Amino acid sequence: MANDVLVVAEHLAGKLTDTTFELLGKAVQLAGASGGQAVALLLGAPELAGELGAADLVITCDHPALAHFTAEAYEAAVAAVLAERQPRLVLLSTTTAGLDLAGSLSVAWDAPLVSYVVGLDADGDTVVATAQIYGGKMLAEVAVESVRTICAVTAGSFPAAAGRRDNPAAAVEAFAGPPSLDAVRSTFVELVEPDAGDVDITAADLLVSVGRGIGSRDNLELVEELAGALGAPLAASRPVTDLGWLPKTRQVGKSGLKVKPRAYLAFGISGAPEHLEGMSGAELIIACNTDARAPIFDVAHYGTTLDLFDLVPELSQQVGA
Amino acid sequence: MTAVRIVVALKQVPDLVEELEPSPEGTDVDREYITFVLNEFDDQALEEALLVKEATGAEVVVVALEDSDVDQTLYTALAKGADRAVKVTGAGASGGWLDTHSRAALLAAWLEGQDFDLLITGVQAPDDLDGQLPAIVAGRLGLPHASVVVSVEVKDGAARIRQEFSAGRSAVLEVPLPAVVGVQAARQAPRYAPISRIRQTMQAGGIEEVAVEAPPPASGFTIRRLYPPEKTSHAEMLTGSAGDVAARIVELLRAKGLVRA
Ligand SMILES: Cc1cc2nc3c(=O)[nH]c(=O)nc-3n(C[C@H](O)[C@H](O)[C@H](O)COP(=O)(O)OP(=O)(O)OC[C@H]3O[C@@H](n4cnc5c(N)ncnc54)[C@H](O)[C@@H]3O)c2cc1C
Ligand SMILES: Nc1ncnc2c1ncn2[C@@H]1O[C@H](COP(=O)(O)O)[C@@H](O)[C@H]1O
Repeated sequence: MANDVLVVAEHLAGKLTDTTFELLGKAVQLAGASGGQAVALLLGAPELAGELGAADLVITCDHPALAHFTAEAYEAAVAAVLAERQPRLVLLSTTTAGLDLAGSLSVAWDAPLVSYVVGLDADGDTVVATAQIYGGKMLAEVAVESVRTICAVTAGSFPAAAGRRDNPAAAVEAFAGPPSLDAVRSTFVELVEPDAGDVDITAADLLVSVGRGIGSRDNLELVEELAGALGAPLAASRPVTDLGWLPKTRQVGKSGLKVKPRAYLAFGISGAPEHLEGMSGAELIIACNTDARAPIFDVAHYGTTLDLFDLVPELSQQVGA
Repeated sequence: MTAVRIVVALKQVPDLVEELEPSPEGTDVDREYITFVLNEFDDQALEEALLVKEATGAEVVVVALEDSDVDQTLYTALAKGADRAVKVTGAGASGGWLDTHSRAALLAAWLEGQDFDLLITGVQAPDDLDGQLPAIVAGRLGLPHASVVVSVEVKDGAARIRQEFSAGRSAVLEVPLPAVVGVQAARQAPRYAPISRIRQTMQAGGIEEVAVEAPPPASGFTIRRLYPPEKTSHAEMLTGSAGDVAARIVELLRAKGLVRA
C-alpha cells in the first residue's frame, strides 16, 4: 500500500541470496519510518518463506513458470503484484536477475528507476538515492519525486544482518499467478555449475590476483612465478578470464567467486565495484596500480603506484623464486 | 528461411582511465576534456553478433545514437564485419548526459520501424543511472529479454542463450525471436579491425543517418549533485624503489605467517 516497501526476494539453487536480506533490512527501516509495511515478494520456492521473518508480510507466488528465473516470468508476476499493491518503493539488487528485471518493471509499472544505489533515504515524499556511476569513480545524489520508485541496490550496501530474523513473518499471503504466466515465451533449459577440479581460490589463505594491467597472456608468466614462489594460487579480475588467459574458476567478483583470504595481492586491477564485491572482505589487501586514483586503493590497506612489471620480479626474487 | 537480422546497439562512454571531474554545475562530469570510447561490453556484444553471423549467415546492423566520436566506432564495426551502420540523430540524441529511458525511447522509436530478430546490446554502460537499456527497450517493445549473457546461438527461430549468475553459475535459456539480449562477454575476445580496413570503410562512407522524433524526458528524477566518493579509508602508500616496496610487502606477509622463509 501507499507507504509499503517491497523487496523482490532472490534465490538460486534453493537458497535465498545475501542481497535479499540486505534489501529486507533496509526495507524494514524505511517502512518503519513512514508507517508502511516491509513486504517480501517470493516467487517460486514458497518453502523459503519462513526465512523472511524480518518482513511484515511475505507474499508468495508459485507457478511452474517461476521454478527458475526468467526475466519474463518474474516480470509478469512482479508487475501483477505491484499493480495490485502499489507500494511506495520497490527494492531489487544489481544482480543478474535485478539488472534484468529493473528496467522492464520500470516500463511496465511506469516508475522511475535508480540503479547502482549505495545509499537510500526517504525524505518526506521524496526518495533520495545515492548511486554509483562511472565504475565507482563518482556518486550521484538523485531525488525522485514520484508516488512509486524502483531502486536496484549494489550488493553489500546495507547490512544483511538487519534483514535476518529467526521467527517467521507476521503474515504470509499467497498471490495467484497472473494468466500471463501461462504464456511465458522464455524457457529455462538447465543450470550449469562451475567446473570443479581446478584449485579452489575461496579456500586459499593468500591470493595473487591479476587484472587487465598485465597486458598480455605472455606476461602472465611473471605473476605465475610469484604465485609459485609464495605457494599461492593465481586469481584474476573478469577481463583476464573473459580473454581466456585464466580459467573462470579463478575469477573474483560479482559474477565470479567471493574470497576472504588472509591476504590478497592485486596487480593491475582497477577496483571496479563488481570486483570489490568479491574481495573487499580480505584481511589484508595490498594493491599495485600505476594509477594513484584507482578505486582499488580505497579498499586496500597498503598500496603502491609502482609499475607491476618492476615490482613483481623484485617480489619473486625476494621470496626466493 | 530468410537470414536472421541482428541489431547491435553501440554506445560511446567516457574513457574511465582518465580523470573525471564534476562539471561546474555539479550534476554531470565535465565533458570538455574527456575522451570517448566504445563501451567495452558493446564490443563484446558486437563480437557475439559477428559469431552468430559466421555461424548462420545473419545480417548484422549496428546502431548508435549520435554521440562524441561515434562515427569512428561505427566505421570500425563495419570494418569488423557489420553489414550496415545506422546513426540515429534528432533532438536529445546528442550533447550531454542523456538518461537511459530517453535513449531507450529513441532507439525503440527507430527499432519499431525495423524488421529485426535480435537486438544485442552491452550488459550496461558505466554512465547509466536509471537502469540498463536492454530491459527497458524490451519492456517498451514487449519482447522477451535476458541480460548478463555470455553466449547467444540462433537456431530455428529461437535463441539459446547462457545467462550468468554469481559464483560462476549460469543458466541456459531458450527464447523465441524476436528478443533482446544484453551481453556481458562474447564467447571469444573481441576481434580487431586492421586500420587499413577501417580507412577503407571510412572512404566508402556508408553510415546511414536517421532522424528520430525526440521522446519526452523520461528518467523521472533529478540529479542533485555528482561528486567523487569521499574516501572513508585509503591505502597506506608504500614508496621507494621496487626493492624497498617489495621488502615491505614481504615483511607484511611474513607478519601474517604467509611467507615461509
Ligand atoms: C554484471 C557484471 C558482472 C561483473 N562481474 C565481475 C567479476 O566477477 N569480477 C571482476 O573482476 N569484474 C567483473 N565485472 C567487470 C568490472 O566491471 C570491470 O570491468 C573489471 O573488474 C575490470 O577489471 P580490471 O580491473 O582488471 O581492468 P581495468 O579496469 O582495465 O583496470 C586495469 C588497471 O591496471 C592498471 N595498470 C595498467 N598497467 C599497469 C602496470 N603496468 N602496473 C600496474 N598497474 C597497471 C591500470 O591503471 C588500471 O587501473 C563485471 C561487470 C558486470 C557488468
Ligand atoms: N546511446 C546509445 N546508442 C546505442 N546503444 C546504446 C545507447 N545507450 C545504451 N546503449 C546500449 O545499451 C547498453 C546498456 O547501456 P546502459 O543502458 O547505458 O547501461 C549499452 O551497452 C549499449 O549496447
